[in-house]
Amino acid sequence: MADMKSGAYSSWGNYPRVEHSSVHKMYWTDQVKGIVDASPPQSLLAYGLGRSYGDSCLNQGRSLIDCSRLNRILAFDKKTGHLRCEAGTSLDEILKIGVPQGWFLPVTPGTKFVTVGGAIANDVHGKNHHRAGCFGNHVRSIRLLRSDCGPVTCSPQENADMFSATIAGLGLTGIILSAEIQLRPISSSQIESESIPFQSLDAFLQLSNESDQAFEYTVAWIDCFSNENLRGIFFRGNHAESGDLRPHREPGIAVPFVMPEALLNRLTVGLFNSAYYGWNSLRSRKARTHYDSFFYPLDAVRRWNLIYGRKGLLQYQFVLPPGNTSALSMILRTIREAGQGSFLAVLKRFGAIASPGILSFPRPGLTLALDFPVRGERTFRLMETLDRFVADAGGALYPAKDARMSPEMFKLSFPRWKEFQEYIDPKLSSSFIRRVVTE
Amino acid sequence: MTLDKIAIFGATSAVAQELARLLAGEGRSLILVGRSSERLDAMKGDLLARGAPNVVSATADLADCSRHRELVQMVTQAFPDIDSAVIAYGTLLDQEECAHSPELAVQELHTNFLSQASLLTVLADYFAHRRAGQIVAITSVAGDRGRRSNYVYGSAKGGTSLFVQGLRCRLHGTGVGVITVKPGPIDTPMTAHLPKTHLFTTPELVAQSIHSAMKRGSSRVIYVPAYWRLLMAIIRAIPESIYQRLPLP
Repeated sequence: MADMKSGAYSSWGNYPRVEHSSVHKMYWTDQVKGIVDASPPQSLLAYGLGRSYGDSCLNQGRSLIDCSRLNRILAFDKKTGHLRCEAGTSLDEILKIGVPQGWFLPVTPGTKFVTVGGAIANDVHGKNHHRAGCFGNHVRSIRLLRSDCGPVTCSPQENADMFSATIAGLGLTGIILSAEIQLRPISSSQIESESIPFQSLDAFLQLSNESDQAFEYTVAWIDCFSNENLRGIFFRGNHAESGDLRPHREPGIAVPFVMPEALLNRLTVGLFNSAYYGWNSLRSRKARTHYDSFFYPLDAVRRWNLIYGRKGLLQYQFVLPPGNTSALSMILRTIREAGQGSFLAVLKRFGAIASPGILSFPRPGLTLALDFPVRGERTFRLMETLDRFVADAGGALYPAKDARMSPEMFKLSFPRWKEFQEYIDPKLSSSFIRRVVTE
Repeated sequence: MTLDKIAIFGATSAVAQELARLLAGEGRSLILVGRSSERLDAMKGDLLARGAPNVVSATADLADCSRHRELVQMVTQAFPDIDSAVIAYGTLLDQEECAHSPELAVQELHTNFLSQASLLTVLADYFAHRRAGQIVAITSVAGDRGRRSNYVYGSAKGGTSLFVQGLRCRLHGTGVGVITVKPGPIDTPMTAHLPKTHLFTTPELVAQSIHSAMKRGSSRVIYVPAYWRLLMAIIRAIPESIYQRLPLP
């Protein structure tokens, strides 16, 4: 097991850049206990594929346990769709194994290059939140290694309180060794999809209203440089009822190096947005597409985060309780006026299914995810302004995307944070939790 | 050639695991031999999920030569007509310590050379009797020339390479293929303590090369990545009087 200093462990946003005192690379789950036992209090954090955007997967000046090689499927029942795997197994691998057998992920985020451990720790959501809830709603059990009491199995039935703390628990309630999830049956790897252009927030809400009943997957891309009248493309889809069961292929191209920061500016992003809107409003609305291009368009380009340049990118994802469309309009106007809009602006209406997770982010209302290249102070100031709209509306920010929220904002977003604190493993910590919970 | 049933000795090594995954994905049955039953069990579930119709595991300390006959007998009874046997185990002790400890030096040679020669002898008879099958031995480029940074490990690997080379000649014409695999340094738990240079390759890549050599079937020596063949040819060609003065690690 490796014990080396490494600057190679970063988050997807490449902000902040931190050094770790050591990284322990795990190859077998039985190696984890030795590392945990030998470590001082508040020193460790499990790391998977580093797809959290901010600092929730980082542990500045302390140690990481690299779990990406703990990637074995331990049991897969092809009749029931129960899949038990080690925590470092990626959703990519699960799809490769499950799809040919007629099983799909119950919930999937916008990239398949995340681990099951990470999907649990961040309680990720997807385009079917209104139907299926979060990833945590489909976890049957978790095997956790606690530094104070050894291995613990938790599930909705057994050690249910520890289970609720671990779902969305930011990897802090113990090292997740393995988990069992319930997959979703499919009869085709194709998605019957539709894309519908819209020209106002009301139009988006109406599309959501009429689509959420009939479509399992709904999401919208919006052009945050559009004027007062918001424009965007609404995507909706269902698994096709017949067709072949063909898994995805490996990504072909990669961004070869860190792009210059000047590449993304008001002009280029504006042009991209207009072109993307134009292209999507012209092409046929109904299509049959492979799940890979429907769910994971960005996975086709490896290391796409490098186009944001050396200083990295910040994601900003919030949720506003229902009936706060005016706050959303204000937020969009503020971004437009600041001239810092992004081209990956994703709008979705969350449903009412509650997650078991104490710190779970999704809740009923509208969620918008935006990305901004880091442009120094003004980017942070813009986000602080946005925070005020979110806080006033009683909304919340998403830790998996965050590198800068204040302790106040965290506590407003997650009123049960104190209850959660009781479950933090004494030997675990992260840059994120130290930043937002300063005692 | 048929490649339906494959036995892997040292199945929990990083390269063996990736190789087993490739073979499982093609629907081949596997018998895994290793030291830890817990680790073998974890692998077993993975390989079944990836498409292996049958996975059997056996725990054994492969450095214990006295058990080799019995072990191969057990394996071939559990799984009659094995098509391919892969020798994938090995250790890499600290060269500095081995250089000054006769016990450690002998231990390193025992695991990486003597015990492998013993196991290969038993397997050679099994396959020669069947007049079919394949033996795959993973040795190392370190065995191509003695170097100051790893000559204890290197001499063991070199010994095994020579042994396998001879075995290949012995089995020529019997229908049994013998493949020597010489990988460069690989990023695995075995090399975790070493600084990683650009010469390091991944277990996945080595497994892919072994997998395609196994499918081609014929006897051969493969270097992984392939450029090591040229690199080692050059290194072997340097006269001794010059070589010992070179600042090579």
